[in-house]
Amino acid sequence: MRITQGTFSYLDDLTDEQIAAQVQYGIDNGWAPQVEFTDDPHPRNVYWHIWGLPMFDLQDAAAVVHEVKRCREANPDHYIRVTIYDASRGRQTTALQFIVNRPAHEPGFGLDRQETHDRVIRYTLRSYAAQAPHGSRYDGEGPIGG
Amino acid sequence: MSADARPSLGPGLDERVEDRFGRGLVDESFADVGDPLADLPDDLLVEVADAVRDTAIRDVLARLDEELVALHEVKRRVREVAALLLVDRMRRKIGLDSEPPTLHMSFTGNPGTGKTTVAQRMGEVLHKLGYLRKGHVVSVSRDDLVGQYVGHTAPKTREVLKRAMGGVLFIDEAYHIYRVDNERDYGQETVEMLLQMMENDRADLVVIMAGYKDKIDRFFSDVPGLSSRIGHHIDFPDYSSDELAQIARLMLDRQQYRFTPEAEEAFADYLARRMRQPRFANGRSVRNALDRLRMRHANRLWDAIDHDDATLSKGDLVTITADDIHASRVFDFAHDPETS
Repeated sequence: MRITQGTFSYLDDLTDEQIAAQVQYGIDNGWAPQVEFTDDPHPRNVYWHIWGLPMFDLQDAAAVVHEVKRCREANPDHYIRVTIYDASRGRQTTALQFIVNRPAHEPGFGLDRQETHDRVIRYTLRSYAAQAPHGSRYDGEGPIGG
Repeated sequence: MSADARPSLGPGLDERVEDRFGRGLVDESFADVGDPLADLPDDLLVEVADAVRDTAIRDVLARLDEELVALHEVKRRVREVAALLLVDRMRRKIGLDSEPPTLHMSFTGNPGTGKTTVAQRMGEVLHKLGYLRKGHVVSVSRDDLVGQYVGHTAPKTREVLKRAMGGVLFIDEAYHIYRVDNERDYGQETVEMLLQMMENDRADLVVIMAGYKDKIDRFFSDVPGLSSRIGHHIDFPDYSSDELAQIARLMLDRQQYRFTPEAEEAFADYLARRMRQPRFANGRSVRNALDRLRMRHANRLWDAIDHDDATLSKGDLVTITADDIHASRVFDFAHDPETS
């Protein structure tokens, strides 16, 4: 099951040129890009590992693509996303966020139904991939920080 | 591509990416020519005017010529680079292949010979010709690149390289990065990263190394592989006294001051004396001298107001006289190395 989250999630995966074009749009607006990765695809998992540092004072998107490539090399079977923050409101606000890398095989989610009182049913989303321990999901090797 | 043809995909996605992140587009009428070298007739005419006008390159070169005194060799090299890139652009247009050339450079010369200024202009030229996407200049020295403890250097250098991407990385006194006599110096790591970046990411940034000629030469002989990755070694000669006087005139013009004819002579005399003194730094010394002249000029006017309660004319405000110049310490015999 293909995970969709963030901007452009229903488009085909962006090419490196398109990633660069998007990031450049952010940089031209004065926003700061950052690369993040994880192997837990649950939609409520908002805190991903950060790759390196947030990239302030960049002029050119090639630097971000460069970091995305390095991150892919180190964590090939992970989800990697680029988050672009807008600080103009006095706090870092996500302005743009999109996935730039995903595992080759995404097993998807199972739906657990819990029967509780009065025929009420509670639903839980459970990722098949996340049943293996952190680092050995998606047949990849352990995560490597930036 | 018109917006009506398909719905907008958002900023950055509608534009043709090759144009923003490549070296100019292949013209549409030549897009399906398989092998332009063989298939196109030799007498096919190529639009030249468009390419020249689009890049506004003539203006940039003319400004370079106007604002920088002398430096003929340097200007010739900038012009050559510009010509190559322009021709590349036209070749691209009809579908001919061309490898992006290596444009890393070394600028050697004494202080104040215009290395930094030319680096700024180089960024502009390369940007106008579509070689660099941004053309900004990031000026760094050893402190910005080399770390202070194990594991500090690589991230530090990488951050700087990333900041310079799309533009020019100007490394002043580049030879300080690497110290041969200390094998545990972290500079080695920086040099290796630089070498790798200069080879693999040629399209993303241009590295310019600057410094004294003899020290740069020694640096290159200590680090094999560096010199061969630098395509252009440009030497900045010292200025002659006439050229320095011309620089002074340009600077005065820009600051809207003028010399009296006597001051003109006095300044030539001043330059001749100053050039014989130690720590003479060409253009920079001229700039400092002019700053001091303006100070003395202002001081003189102040005194005039204090003593005579005189009114000042516009002429007073813009004219620097010979007396202002003669008050310089350079005319002091005690400070003249030849007589003291």
